[in-house]
Amino acid sequence: MNKAAEVLAASRKVSRPTTLEFIDRLCEEFIELHGDRYFADDPAMVGGIGRFCGRPVTLIGVQKGHTTEENIRRNFGSPNPEGYRKQLRLMKQAEKFHRPVITFINTSGAYCGIGAEERGQGEAIARCLFETATLKTPVISIFIGEGGSGGALALACGDRVWMLQNGMYAVLSPEGFASILWRSPTRAAEAAELMKITAPDLLKNGVIEKLIPEPREGLDRNLDFTTNILKEELKKELDILCAMDPDQLLEERYARFRKYGDFQEDESEKI
Amino acid sequence: MNLFKKKNYIILDRRAESPQAQTPDRDAPAVPDGMWVKCSHCKKLIYKKEMGPYHICPNCGGHFRLGARERIALIADEGTFEEMDASLRAKNPMGYPNYDKIIAKAQQKSGLIDGVVSGTCQIGTIPIVLAVMDGNFMMGSMGSVVGEKITRAIEFATSHRLPLVIFTVSGGARMQEGIISLMQMAKTSAALSRHSQAGLLYISVITDPTTGGVSASFASLGDIILAEPGALMGFAGQRVIEGTINEKLPEGFQRAEFQLEHGFVDKIVPRPELKDTLVRLLRLHQPEEVAEHE
Repeated sequence: MNKAAEVLAASRKVSRPTTLEFIDRLCEEFIELHGDRYFADDPAMVGGIGRFCGRPVTLIGVQKGHTTEENIRRNFGSPNPEGYRKQLRLMKQAEKFHRPVITFINTSGAYCGIGAEERGQGEAIARCLFETATLKTPVISIFIGEGGSGGALALACGDRVWMLQNGMYAVLSPEGFASILWRSPTRAAEAAELMKITAPDLLKNGVIEKLIPEPREGLDRNLDFTTNILKEELKKELDILCAMDPDQLLEERYARFRKYGDFQEDESEKI
Repeated sequence: MNLFKKKNYIILDRRAESPQAQTPDRDAPAVPDGMWVKCSHCKKLIYKKEMGPYHICPNCGGHFRLGARERIALIADEGTFEEMDASLRAKNPMGYPNYDKIIAKAQQKSGLIDGVVSGTCQIGTIPIVLAVMDGNFMMGSMGSVVGEKITRAIEFATSHRLPLVIFTVSGGARMQEGIISLMQMAKTSAALSRHSQAGLLYISVITDPTTGGVSASFASLGDIILAEPGALMGFAGQRVIEGTINEKLPEGFQRAEFQLEHGFVDKIVPRPELKDTLVRLLRLHQPEEVAEHE
């Protein structure tokens, strides 16, 4: 197994701590809020208001389970449109009450089903990207496990994007990638390597700003090791972002995403 | 004002309005070379010239896919289209094997440098920014070039206070560019957010098929979303959904008519009426016209 395939396996481990466990370790208190106000409450997406180092914050994240039963309830961490609409509702609420937002990402992707399409999965994700771009409050996103496709991006359009050592982020699952491009889902390990899905790779190409270390014995055995580091980093970063002029914050957020792209053009044709 | 008068469109066979024209069921239709083509909607053999400039089957009314240049010729007032960012070319951010060869092949097949043509033009004498995707180039997939050209087009519209029209056709993010292609969704959506905050009009026109990352970004963000009859629009591909739920999908699933019924499309407009509809919508958003009536 290559390094990327090892990370992929670690990011998907059933015992890997979930969003609610991170929130529990990071916050002094947390009240979960439910529902998108249009259709339903999506158990695959959790969110609410918490107190982080004394400061009220909005916390939102994709929730997986540790058992099959729990995972069925959480739809294996694949949100439906109502999950993304709940996310957006809570982000707008955070903006209204000047609370920073922290998101936790751990999803193989948005759910692909008939109901999800009937209720506009594409629109729900697009709306998150569109609204986050001009949301007048700081947003920090943390990849705690898997990050697949637009379903992960919907939660990762803020000011800072961080990743745990064994997190991953890709345009599509390596299995899907291998099956689309090579018609061979079994070449997933090779795809994972090529796709540069690991935190060090993403740090290098500027997709994330920070790598949060995990303990040698495994995140599931010593979550405090990582959450203690995360707490320090979050506190520092929130102090900086919350002190920023809102216009400046949005300018920098725009520039953060504006820079992505690898292309060439004739200099003479530039306007 | 005569410029806004209805133009003489080609007259289509009356059978084009038959009920089966409403729900065409077929795979990717494209016009191959040669005099005769088989309609992928009704499977009838048709004489190519009978399709007319709109590339519509004279038998069933099914809409064939159009390239970006053909589309611009139908939409922009004659001689007004000025292309921008025409020289943008793909690089290889992920180091995908033979990506340069794949691109070269797509360029040869489509006659385009990448999957979108953008620029300024007038339609019904109203100046707009127009971007048209092209399915002949790697199925209109969105990589760095498509994302950058769309973003620049949006930014140009924002800074010049112009309305924006984007025709979408896309299989989604360009896999060969990896995570950078995913970032184009955020980049284009952020640019649209600013265009919207400036109080400007954005109309997206969904053509067959619009899926994946494009449906989950700018295609779904129009103030007004139009769609061509029968156009497929959805986040997940049909095979992926069938694989996930392990059952066959219902007839007409994800087609424009389905999206209209579920509230994700404002209006389905047959191709011959598209330009007229766009002009009417644009005129309803022209401040000068409001003043003229006072």
